[in-house]
Formats: sequence, C-alpha cells, structure tokens
Amino acid sequence: MLGVAIVLVATRSPGWHEFKAYFFDWTRYGDSFPEIASAFLLNVKIFLIAEAIILVTALALAVIRSLPGPVFFPLRALAIVYADFFRGVPTILVILMLGTGMPALQVDWIPKSQVFWAIVSLVLVYTAYVSEVYRAGIESVHPSQEAAARSLGLTRGQALHYVILPQAVRRVVPPLLNDFIGLQKDTALVSVLGVVEALQQSKIDEAASFNGTYYLVAATLFVAITIPLARLTDWLVARDRRRQQAGRLA
Amino acid sequence: MSALEIEAVYKSFGKLEVLKGIDLTLAEHEVVCLIGASGSGKSTLLRCVNLLEPIQAGRIVVRGEEATARGVDVNKIRRGIGIVFQAFNLFPHMSVLRNVTLGPRKALGLSRAEAESRAGDLLARFGLADKRDEYPDRLSGGQQQRVAIVRTLAMQPDLLLLDEVTSALDPELVAEVLEVIRELAHGGMTMLIATHEMGFARDVANRVCFLHEGRILEEGPPAQIFTAPREERTQQFLQRIVDAGRL
Repeated sequence: MLGVAIVLVATRSPGWHEFKAYFFDWTRYGDSFPEIASAFLLNVKIFLIAEAIILVTALALAVIRSLPGPVFFPLRALAIVYADFFRGVPTILVILMLGTGMPALQVDWIPKSQVFWAIVSLVLVYTAYVSEVYRAGIESVHPSQEAAARSLGLTRGQALHYVILPQAVRRVVPPLLNDFIGLQKDTALVSVLGVVEALQQSKIDEAASFNGTYYLVAATLFVAITIPLARLTDWLVARDRRRQQAGRLA
Repeated sequence: MSALEIEAVYKSFGKLEVLKGIDLTLAEHEVVCLIGASGSGKSTLLRCVNLLEPIQAGRIVVRGEEATARGVDVNKIRRGIGIVFQAFNLFPHMSVLRNVTLGPRKALGLSRAEAESRAGDLLARFGLADKRDEYPDRLSGGQQQRVAIVRTLAMQPDLLLLDEVTSALDPELVAEVLEVIRELAHGGMTMLIATHEMGFARDVANRVCFLHEGRILEEGPPAQIFTAPREERTQQFLQRIVDAGRL
C-alpha cells in the first residue's frame, strides 16, 4: 500500500521527469555496472576481513564481561568502558580520525594504508556492538547448563567452550547477521577517506556526468549481497530448530 | 575411610540461612536418602557437596580429602562425585553420545575411542543403545534422565548425588528411572539421594535422614523412620505423605 502510494505521488509530481532522467538512465546503468562492481569488490574485501576479526574480538570482549568475581573487576570495567565508548562515537568519525590521523603520524612501523585504518575503525566499532549480542546469548543459557558441565569436572573455560558458547552463538545468529548487514553497508563510509570503493566510484561518475544512476548501481550491489545473506540465516536457523525440536513438534 | 564426611556445614543465600549445621557421614557402598519438605535444604546440601555452592562454615571431606579447603582443585574433586539433577540438564546441542563422552574426554582426558566405547557399554546396559545419535529433545523425560545418569556414570564416580531425579517426570516414567537407581544400589554405588519417593527410599536406603529447616532432625534405618519416627515433625511430615496417598 505504502509502496503504491509512494510510486503514485512520485510519478505524478511535477519534478518526476527530471527525477527519472537523473536516477533511471538504463544505458548509463548498464555501462557503469562493471566499473562500480569492480570497485564494490573492495567493499566486500573490507567486509570479509573486518567480519572475520570482529567474530573473534567481540566474543573475547563478551567473555571478559562475563568473568565472575572481584578479581576480574578491572578487566570487566575496561570492557564496559570500551563498549560504551565505541557504541557512542559515530562510525564515520572513527574512520575519519584513524584514516587521516594515523598515516599523518609519519611513523615507519605504523601502516599508511587508509584501507587498513578503515578496517581497524570498523573492527573497533563493531566489536563493541557484536560483543553485546554475544553477551545476551551467553546470559540466555540457563545457569544449570554450566552447573551440569562443571559437575562433570570440566573447568570454567571448558564449560564455556563446549557447553555455553555453542548454545549462546546458535541463539544469536539472527541478531549477529543483522549487525553484519549493518557492517556490510557501513563499508560505504570508507568513501570519506577518498578510498575508491563502490560509493566513491559512483560519486566520481556522478560528478562527471551529473547523473545519479550510478548511486542506483551501488545500491543494487549492496542489496545483492545482503538479501541472500538474510535468507541464508533464516534457513540456518530453521534447520537448527528442526534438528533439535523434531521430537517435540511431532 | 568414609566416602563422605559432612561436618557442621552452614549455608546461606544472602540473609536466608538454608543449612544450619549439617553433620552426616556416608560409608563406602552406603545409600542414604534425604527426605523432608520442599525448602528443607535437601537440594542445597547436595549442591554444596558437589562444590556448586560455596559454604559459609564447616567442612566437607570426600574420601579423606577436604574438598572445602582453600586451594583445592575443585575440578579434581568433582570428577569423583557425580550429580544428577531434577531437570536432567542434558546439553541440548549435543547428541546423547556426545553428552556422555564430553566429561570423560575433556575432564579425564580419554581418547574419543575409549570414551565412546565406555559410553556405548553404559548406554547398552541401561537400554539406551538405540538412542546414542538422538538429541535430548527427541527423548522422553524418563529416557533423558537415564541418559543424565549414564553421563554421570561415564565419569566412574566414587559417589553419586541424586537430586529429586524423578520429580520432573510424568508418573508413568518414574519407575524406569528408579529401577536404574536400584540397580546401582545393588551394584554397591555410594549414593546420597534427595527424594520425595518414600516407597523407594524405604526399599533402597540403608539410612534415611529427615531434614527440617536446614537441620537433620532425625536419622535412622528406613524401617524405624517410616514405621516408628521419634520426632513429632517427622511424624507430621510422614502423615502428610500418607494422607496424600504417596506411601
């Protein structure tokens, strides 16, 4: 309904003709697609590297926050400060500060690559978000599961590794994927550093021709990755549920 | 050497004092049943023995080794003590076989083949051989509880703690689990059992302890406790059980 309404309002608006010419130039769409798609490979690369690191660092942060007892208070406090800070600062600011600041230091052993610092920024920010997702998962596993594992003589670490985390991670697959769709989209923020990824490439093309169809190309590419990702998760979740609850449903 | 010595154990949750000086000793191969109303401290006592709950005062000594001493390796102590819970607490993301082999492999360091052969023998012995690849959710409550018992036995414990293991079961599934415990008692397993099944306690126990408000109010052989209880509280408790048609 809403979609139909928007289409009706748009197509009957006085500026529709210009709008259409600006965004829906199918010749330009086809011609620019290969170039923007190849720039998009950089987004995919940033996403894949960042995601692989975040999955590990966020889990570590979540585990640190779940450590019991007063002994670990300083570590827990540090983890909380970290999570609060990087969830509070806009991602684009972190990317700008690290991406322009770190190479400007002119220190030999500090990498000068802006892509490197863009990945570091995304890892810092998303580690804070994703650790919260993991933490919710860990807390959702009933304490009796840990009691059962410990009663078998497993150490706390083993109980976490074999009993609690596998159940926790399974439960948070959908919100985890949600964050990764967000990460995939946020790779476009790297364009503020002038790095030529999909958005920057389409900006360049737009500036040269005053035509916005290139943005549509970039949008298509992002959506082409995220939608299959979402369907894949749904399928994984459904499969897991079937396997575990077949008896109960029968 | 006693299998288990509990000396003047006190346990509180915040301001709530749950155990108020428990003394109890189990000889090797002895089966002791704890009876008493809900909230009398039966489950808490078992959890304290397995070091799942820290105690405020007293000592727990397992086969001559003080489990509650400072600096004791709690994991080593726990490997010798099995506990079976009211709600089974099986690991839902693992098959029956993996539930049973996890402890032996990771805590005892057995190879996969050794652990699986041990698990296979135990599952067969308790009529669960065909369930080894099933997930816990696909089993009946009685089957789940038998798997939980097998999981504990796979650690070859010297002492078994049973925490109201039939309370969460449908009535028609109780018998199969009690049968398993009877068999273990006949096999000489040392057991401390918290239970509401009075008929079972009478059959299987060498000694019955009546807990009331965190203390062992009365203990003795089942014949004496169930037919001629000395304490008024014990009489009242058993009368309520008889009135409910449960004895």
